[in-house]
Amino acid sequence: MKNEKQNNARPAVCLRAKNRRYRPLYAMMVPGLLYLVINNYIPMAGIVIAFKQVNYKAGILKSPWVGFKNFEFLFKTKDALTITRNTIGYNLVFLILGPLLAITVAILLNELKSKMAKKVYQTVILVPYLISIVVVSYLVYALLATEAGFVNNSVLGAFGAEPVSWYSEAKYWPVILVLVHIWKGFGYSSIIYYAALVGIDRTCYEAAAIDGATRWQQILHITLPGLKSTIITLTLMSIGKMFYSDFGLFYQVPMDSGALYDVTNTIDTYVYRGLMKLNNVGMSSAAGLYQSFVGFILVLTANLVVSKISKDDALF
Amino acid sequence: MVSNGKGFQRAAHVVMILLCVFCLFPFVLLISSSITDEMTLIREGYSVIPKVVSFDAYKYLFVSSKAIARGYKITVFVTVIGTLVNLTFTTLLAYPLSRKDLPHRSFFSFFVFFTMLFNGGVVPSYMMWTQFFHIKNTYAALIVPNLMMGAFYVIMMRTNFSSNIPDAVIEAARIDGAGEWRILSQIVLPMSLPIIATLTLLVGLHYWNDWVNGLYYISKYKYYSIQVLLNRMLQDVQYLMSSSGAAGMDSMDSAIPATGIKMAVAVVGALPELAVYPFFQKYFVKGITIGAVKG
Repeated sequence: MKNEKQNNARPAVCLRAKNRRYRPLYAMMVPGLLYLVINNYIPMAGIVIAFKQVNYKAGILKSPWVGFKNFEFLFKTKDALTITRNTIGYNLVFLILGPLLAITVAILLNELKSKMAKKVYQTVILVPYLISIVVVSYLVYALLATEAGFVNNSVLGAFGAEPVSWYSEAKYWPVILVLVHIWKGFGYSSIIYYAALVGIDRTCYEAAAIDGATRWQQILHITLPGLKSTIITLTLMSIGKMFYSDFGLFYQVPMDSGALYDVTNTIDTYVYRGLMKLNNVGMSSAAGLYQSFVGFILVLTANLVVSKISKDDALF
Repeated sequence: MVSNGKGFQRAAHVVMILLCVFCLFPFVLLISSSITDEMTLIREGYSVIPKVVSFDAYKYLFVSSKAIARGYKITVFVTVIGTLVNLTFTTLLAYPLSRKDLPHRSFFSFFVFFTMLFNGGVVPSYMMWTQFFHIKNTYAALIVPNLMMGAFYVIMMRTNFSSNIPDAVIEAARIDGAGEWRILSQIVLPMSLPIIATLTLLVGLHYWNDWVNGLYYISKYKYYSIQVLLNRMLQDVQYLMSSSGAAGMDSMDSAIPATGIKMAVAVVGALPELAVYPFFQKYFVKGITIGAVKG
């Protein structure tokens, strides 16, 4: 009450006092906001590099403008098509297979009675998610190395089949990469779906069972609808990231093997190689901007579509 | 569930056990191979059961090369400093954003959120860090770019603050004369320990596992963290020997257990995480589940 009175009496003074009150809060935000400006916003402005011919001697600001030349060069090469196809192709497969396995696992976890077993399974399926992709590359190498690899020696060897030179045969890699991705990530998404399932009211199942619903009917009519919003949110996020790939998966796991580029080169690995290995900053930054731009449009579109279908599940 | 048959339970267990084997098998292969005698590895390849046990690979790693010990030191240093700074920045940004009465709150929220929607890409940020900040081959390169704070965790923490801490509590503290810093440190933080523990774990894991910053910004081996070292050695085992730079190594070169060392070094890289994981498993699962709920 007192406050209000003051407000009416001396609004200007009070406004100043009020702002002073928030000063510590603004001060708190300074380091974080400053970091975002440097780490995120300045590079956003840096996308102009894609329209320049970078000359390190002259500096980036003074490098000459070349308009859309970098993009012209990029899209004339076969690479542009390959990296787009690979990035989107793998993501589509991940988008479909990932949730299928994860939801199955979540349902199984949910149906299991033994608490102890549930906990053990949850713990184990998360282990691959925990470790770095570099270590994953070593695991894959242990399986696929030509000389000492487990598959060549113990699996193919047992059947008397010829050893395969895995790191130079492109045809196997789409399957290998999908398997590695699923191996590393299914535990993570299973846990997310499982958490959503735990939130479903148990009495729904009891009522359905009394009405004579089979397990399948229960899953179809209670469980899956209960997961709807999680499925939408996660799918939306994946669609938004459709133009991005896990750099480690596509660069590190195939050990940067040139023979495999046709099926392992994605936009992210292309940008890296252009910048660090080939010193082709023009192409690299053009590909990077292409990724950021299409990626941005994809996020906005995906979100728009979701907000039309089911408003509550939209991200913003 | 009411109609849970025994058959179904059994089938579910079988599927889950198979999946667990699928998850763990490569690790078993890795560990067994790392303790197998080099000659056996050359003859029979990596296998699940070490026929002839030998710890030569580890002996070599730790006794003959300083690279591993240094790598660990760097990784621990980077992880501790990075996580501390990250958590500090994240908390300090998330708390004001959680306050509904903060003027221009939605502007600042959007400012943070937008970084999740659009980014300038690798090339401009590489140029900035190397040309303007000159972080190439410094410890800062392993700590600062991309990892020091992210919008995602800020939003996660902000949501947690605003749903767990009643406005009335903050208002009461304010009336009692507490300043904002005091409210944050003595009321908000003690009430938010679970989320802080969870984020500490997630951020720490990011730092521990990071190898990309090393790939871009580090070329001198004296700055190699354990992951950067692993990355280097995957393609070139000889690297360890050449970089260790110890005199009189030539005589040992013939004895380098190169096949086994590859496995041993990966075990060395992954073991600390795997060893600590069971104790933090609870927070880890929690982090994943809150992360999925949109901010």
